Order: sequence, then C-alpha cells, then structure tokens
Amino acid sequence: MAKVLILGAGISGHTAALITRRKLGKKHEVEVISPNSNYQWVPSNIWVGMGLMTPNQVKFELAPVYKKLGISYKQAMAISIHPEGDSTSEKAFVTIKYLVGNKINEEEKIEYDFLINATGPKLNFAATEGLGPEKFSDSVCTYQHASDAWEHLKKCFEKMENGEKQRFLIGTGHPMATCQGAAFEYSLNVAFEINKRKLNHLAEITWISNEYELGDFGMGGAYIKQGGYVTPTKIFAESIFKQYNIKWIVGAGVSKVEKGIAHYETLDGEYHTQDFDFAMLIPSFAGSGMKAYNKQNEDITAGLFVANGMMKVDADYSGKAYEEWNSNDWPSIYKSPLYDNIYAAGIAFAPPHAMSKPMKSKNGTAIFPTPPRTGMPSGVIGRIVAENIAEKIITGTNDHKHKASMAKMGAACIVSAGYGIRHGQAAVMTVFPIVPDWEKYPKWGRNISDTVGEIGLAGHWMKLFMHYLFLYKAKANPFWWIIPE
Amino acid sequence: MKTENNKTIPYSDLSYATEPTAFTKFLRTFFILQIIRFFVLNLKIMRIVVGGHS
Repeated sequence: MAKVLILGAGISGHTAALITRRKLGKKHEVEVISPNSNYQWVPSNIWVGMGLMTPNQVKFELAPVYKKLGISYKQAMAISIHPEGDSTSEKAFVTIKYLVGNKINEEEKIEYDFLINATGPKLNFAATEGLGPEKFSDSVCTYQHASDAWEHLKKCFEKMENGEKQRFLIGTGHPMATCQGAAFEYSLNVAFEINKRKLNHLAEITWISNEYELGDFGMGGAYIKQGGYVTPTKIFAESIFKQYNIKWIVGAGVSKVEKGIAHYETLDGEYHTQDFDFAMLIPSFAGSGMKAYNKQNEDITAGLFVANGMMKVDADYSGKAYEEWNSNDWPSIYKSPLYDNIYAAGIAFAPPHAMSKPMKSKNGTAIFPTPPRTGMPSGVIGRIVAENIAEKIITGTNDHKHKASMAKMGAACIVSAGYGIRHGQAAVMTVFPIVPDWEKYPKWGRNISDTVGEIGLAGHWMKLFMHYLFLYKAKANPFWWIIPE
Repeated sequence: MKTENNKTIPYSDLSYATEPTAFTKFLRTFFILQIIRFFVLNLKIMRIVVGGHS
C-alpha cells in the first residue's frame, strides 16, 4: 500500500486529492493536510467583496467530502519536510502542527510515499508596510477578507448616498504583486455598483498597478482580435476603464500604506502618494514557509525551495536575461529535481521567471508583476501531478505520461465586470499558450485564434455557471470527474 | 453599462482610450446575441482546456 500526502486543499491540492483517490482506489491511502477547514471557490470571492454573495455561497466544509471519498484529513499546518526520514526512521515524513481540536498546537510526523506540495500562496501583507485587512487596506484574496471588504465598501456607499464624495483605490499593493485580474474585476464591479446606484458623480475610482502598461495582467499582455484589428490588451483594458470611468496609475510599486494614504514609487523613480477612502490592494505572494531537513537533520530548505518559499520543480532556474527566456524554461511535470517522490502543484511551484518583462525604477526598485498561476492552470497542474503519481504507484514505472507546461497550455479567465442576469457583464479572456512563445508565434507571441478578449452578458453567465459547476465538482457530487479543470 | 461621464479632460490618460459606441454597448447585453456568444465562447474554452494538457 502506498500513501500519497497532499499539503493544501485549494484549487490545486483539492483537485489532486480527488483525482488521486479516484485513480488509486481504496487499496492505497490519500491524506490531505490543510490549515483551512473549508474549500473556497476563490474566483467568486469578488462577489462576496461586493455583498452579492455570502461567504457560505463560495465555500463548503472539507471534512464531509473527504469522509465520503475515504480521504484522511487533518486540519493542521505543515511545518517541515524530511524527504530522507531522520535518525529514527528511513521513511520520508512531514511534520505538521494541529490548529484545532484536542491536539491543538501538538506536532506530529506524517509519513508518505509521495508528497504533493499544494500549499498555495502565503498572503504576504507584511512585505508592504501598513498593507492588509488588519491595517489600512482591504483584500479579496479569501472569503473572510472579501466579506470584510464589503463591510467597508458598504459604508462608503452609505456616505455617497448622503452626498459625500469617496475615493477608491484598487490594484496591487506591492511592487512585485501578481493577481492583477482579481483586482481588475473588483474595480469594475465597484464601478458597476456605483453606477447602478447613480452615484458616479460622487466617486473617484483609481486603478494602481505594477504593470508596465494596462492589460499586462502579469502575463506580458496579449494580442486579441477586436473590431477588425489585432489590438494589444492595453487597448482592451483602457477601453473598459474609460467606459467605467476608472483612472489608472501603472508602473507603480506601492511601498507603504497609511490610514487613507498609499505611498508608491513609479518606474521613473519618482515617489508619490494617493489618498483614498477605500483601498483594495492585492499583496505579494510567498511560499508557505516550510523548512526541509535531510537525514542528518541539516537544513536543506534552499535545495528544495527558492528564496520566497516556492518549491523548485523541473524548471530552468538559471536566472536567464529576459532576451534569453524560452518556453522550455517552464516545468511540465512539477517534480522536485532532488527527490523523485516530491511534487509541487498550483501556486506552490516556483516559476522559472516572470512572464512580464522585468522592470526597475531609476532607484533600482523592481516594479513588475510576478507570473499568475491561479485558477485554471492550478487545477490542471493538480490533475496531471495526481495522474502521474497514481500511474507510478499502479505500474511501478517512473514515467510521467501527463504533462502540463504553462508554455504549452492555454487558460481562460472570466473577469467579472458587473453582476446581474440581464445586465451583468464579464470579460472573457483566453490565451494560448499562457506563457508567450515568441519563437513559435513570432508575430503575436501566442496563437491569435485561441486568444480572445470579449466583454458582454454571456461572460457573466459563464462566470456564474462556472461558480456552480466547479463547486459541484469540488463537492465530489455524482459524475464530478467528467467536469474538466 | 451606462455611464454618466460625459466630459473628456484633454490630454488625460482617459482621453486617449477607445470607448464603445452605444450600439456596441447594446450588443453586449443583447439577449439573443449573448446566448449565441455563450455557446461559442464555451466551445472555445473547452477546446483550450482539452488541448492544454496531455
């Protein structure tokens, strides 16, 4: 009997858990360690942040689902990986710390044959002084943050209804933050709801981002066919912002947030401030902070992880210059180069480099987005890692038949731009591949036929449809496995 | 979405951006067209999903 241990129960980890269980049957053990008791469908947090959905509509308890499937589950945090065991045991294990129940704060060794690190991102609010829900800005990264953001936003709406002008600042809260898409859709939803309330004259909405140009989205932008032209997503994003009356500041690295004031540096090396009554700023992401030790109990963390705590996999981490970047730099099976039984899925894997061109301000501050790998890529990576491990266990071979390089797969992102069955809007964006491949597609960097940007009511229906579809799947309801990632 | 922003500030960033016409905005919520786009876009996404990993 083999044991697959999965750290994390987000989109990638949960997908991996479900697929591993299904592929392996009951002969083998699957165990999930997650500090969270709930699964959350993160893309719908935007609607929680607008008061259009409750947290209960975007989350459910993990324990009953895992019980139904015969997956062991512990609500705990992984502290360290011991891939070679220790002085008392040859078997690889992970040290966990319980977060609830009778064993709270107790540590335990959990052995494994195969390990999937799907711990996702640590929301690194501490990297920007004054950033985050416990300080001076809001976030929509979790359902709780989104719910809190709505409480603050609601007060702003009430003030506007009483004739008071309000300033909204939405975007990225760190010079190297990612997830511009989530902030983008939040800004559009805020504008949409203000417009619905006919309060536009009292609102000043500003987008602030570390992107070099609007529409970069951390993936180096894209080209789309639109109105008889092939246009960069810059034009697409500018057009949406103009329609929604949102001003923008780009090439900006937020360095500090105080009550009502955001401090930022721009690529030209100048320092500015932006006043706000409400700010939703996405933090930078880091790895979970796990350590790693060898059999002699020596610290091998730097061998398994890169500096920000993301796990090294089969990627090229040689630190090439932008001009030398290649699609082959990107991993395809997400296996640790040091240990054949350790994999990283979803946001937990360390990308070889950014997708957006690295930029530095005149003062030497790096201001550019790190690569996004949320949502669809996370799910797909979780799937192929699970499939490869299951086949390794069943066949005993070391083949990796399933591959999913972000430089060879596409992604779809549905950016909500307003909620409503008749008047809602969303921008449907697809790119193929996710990582631009300028060798294969020298003209546009991607397959222009598969790269789409279209705004309309259909997009809203799709986002709503996917909300119910993917929650149905995540609950492992009948025939869940026929629903793709 | 209808906006009440009818004033352009020359030389501002916003003044250089393209803006959809009333007809384009109408099409974005025109029920019959959007039903068709719903299926077309879903098919497009499915093609990407299926072809994206092996």
